[in-house]
Amino acid sequence: MSTTSAFTIEQFYRFLEQRKLMAGKCLTCGKIHLPPRPLCDSCYGQIFEWVELSGKGKLLTYTIIHVAPSQFQTMAPYTVGIVQLEKGLKLLGLISDVPLEQLKVGMDLTIDFVACRLDKTWPQWQRYCFKAV
Amino acid sequence: MNGKPLVSIVSAGLSKFGKHEGLYAREIFALALKEALDRCPKLEPKRHIKAVFVGHMGESYEHQGHMGSTAADWGGLIGIPATRTEAACASSGVALRSGIYAVLSGLADVVLVGGVEKMTHRTTAEVTEYLAMASDYPFEQFHGVTFPGLFAMMATAHMNAYGTTEEQMARVAVKNHRHALLNPKAHMQKELTVETVLASKLVSWPLKIYDCSLITDGASCIILTKPDLASKFTDTPVHIVGSGQASDTIGLYERQSLTSLNSARLAAKIAYEMADIRPENVDVAEVHDCFTFAEIMAYEDLGFCKVGEGGKLVEKNETALGGRIPVNTSGGLKAKGHPVGATGVAQAYEIFLQLTGQAEQRQVKGAHVGLTHNVGGSGATAVVHIYRSD
Ligand SMILES: [Zn+2]
Repeated sequence: MSTTSAFTIEQFYRFLEQRKLMAGKCLTCGKIHLPPRPLCDSCYGQIFEWVELSGKGKLLTYTIIHVAPSQFQTMAPYTVGIVQLEKGLKLLGLISDVPLEQLKVGMDLTIDFVACRLDKTWPQWQRYCFKAV
Repeated sequence: MNGKPLVSIVSAGLSKFGKHEGLYAREIFALALKEALDRCPKLEPKRHIKAVFVGHMGESYEHQGHMGSTAADWGGLIGIPATRTEAACASSGVALRSGIYAVLSGLADVVLVGGVEKMTHRTTAEVTEYLAMASDYPFEQFHGVTFPGLFAMMATAHMNAYGTTEEQMARVAVKNHRHALLNPKAHMQKELTVETVLASKLVSWPLKIYDCSLITDGASCIILTKPDLASKFTDTPVHIVGSGQASDTIGLYERQSLTSLNSARLAAKIAYEMADIRPENVDVAEVHDCFTFAEIMAYEDLGFCKVGEGGKLVEKNETALGGRIPVNTSGGLKAKGHPVGATGVAQAYEIFLQLTGQAEQRQVKGAHVGLTHNVGGSGATAVVHIYRSD
């Protein structure tokens, strides 16, 4: 049982700086939360342990964003998708380095950690994206 | 409840939807209120109206929060309890629901519910950013996903699961633009072809600019009362016989389904059961077509067709005026416009006109049962109401 670091969104992003994709497992009911949360939405337990995920998954759906929010305009067009990870968990992220004609629902992807820093008004969190295996 | 009226609508008002250059939200709200008051001369606003609920999404547009009291103030109603409701694009659907709570609680027997948004003075980039605030910040906005992007991902999933096509989505735009030609209050009076929609600029593939609803200024309001008081104010009330509101995860990525909105399904189930009405009994519906694809998904979530067959329903013209179940006779969010906070009650306004025979050129003959479906964000909120005339 790990209680040294809080099971928060902030901590989730700190782990990403160490190139680790971490979920929180509720030790009361066993539910795994991605992102971690400090209160289990299933049993209201507050005791968790960290579970490291492989970051490998399959593309569930995607879109190619042409009209972007101001912070992202220099990147447009870019692809965003929802990825099915292990243990029934899902995560949304940028999909980088996949040519448009190769984008396909069901394709294998893996997480990557990127040093992209945006406008200072946004949190300076470690960013992740997904790339082809 | 067995279809008994929860509350009755005795009047309704809507500002012109479009660009109101030089007007503030509160001033546009006053235009909608004035129509509702003129329509109901027996109502003395300062004496009868006991509470106001106003849907308003964003402080960012005018640097103005606190829209409940602002609207009450500029509507000549200071003194009464005034509440702003916010649930993204379902802000005034939730205002309506709150008004029903207020009437049924017995604390207020006549309630004004409405909504307003002033958007067109902002750039598209600013509006894109403000609208995105209705989605999850740390796991969606932070990664550059936009509002069209979220619905586009649902569209991609639906295309992949059921073979829904971009052409079927385009047909929703064509239909709603055609309906809007019959609505003098609609923002966009422009006929579209499938080819024009398909060739229009990409916003977030597979959605193109003509798949998106409009950035619009506008306000809406309706006046609710207890069913046994309705005859005091009008001979032709419209009763709300079913009301459902439901929530879902704020992040789209956590949902069980990416091809359906569980919140809408839940809200619809509650409303249908309360009203004792089945989908096939609905004569006319206003659904949340923030994007063309969203209307196709709404058909399925509301039970107007089987799961996966929403695209075919619009292809067969069943949801056009003259079809089996006309949807978005007002032009919908797509062509009437989508002043976010005003939309939910603007849908109720259209149903009020339809069920009282006042919809003029776009009147659905003999319409007796109506439905509204208002979605907040990517579906973290959904509100469904069912209406019946005497
Ligand atoms: Zn638990």
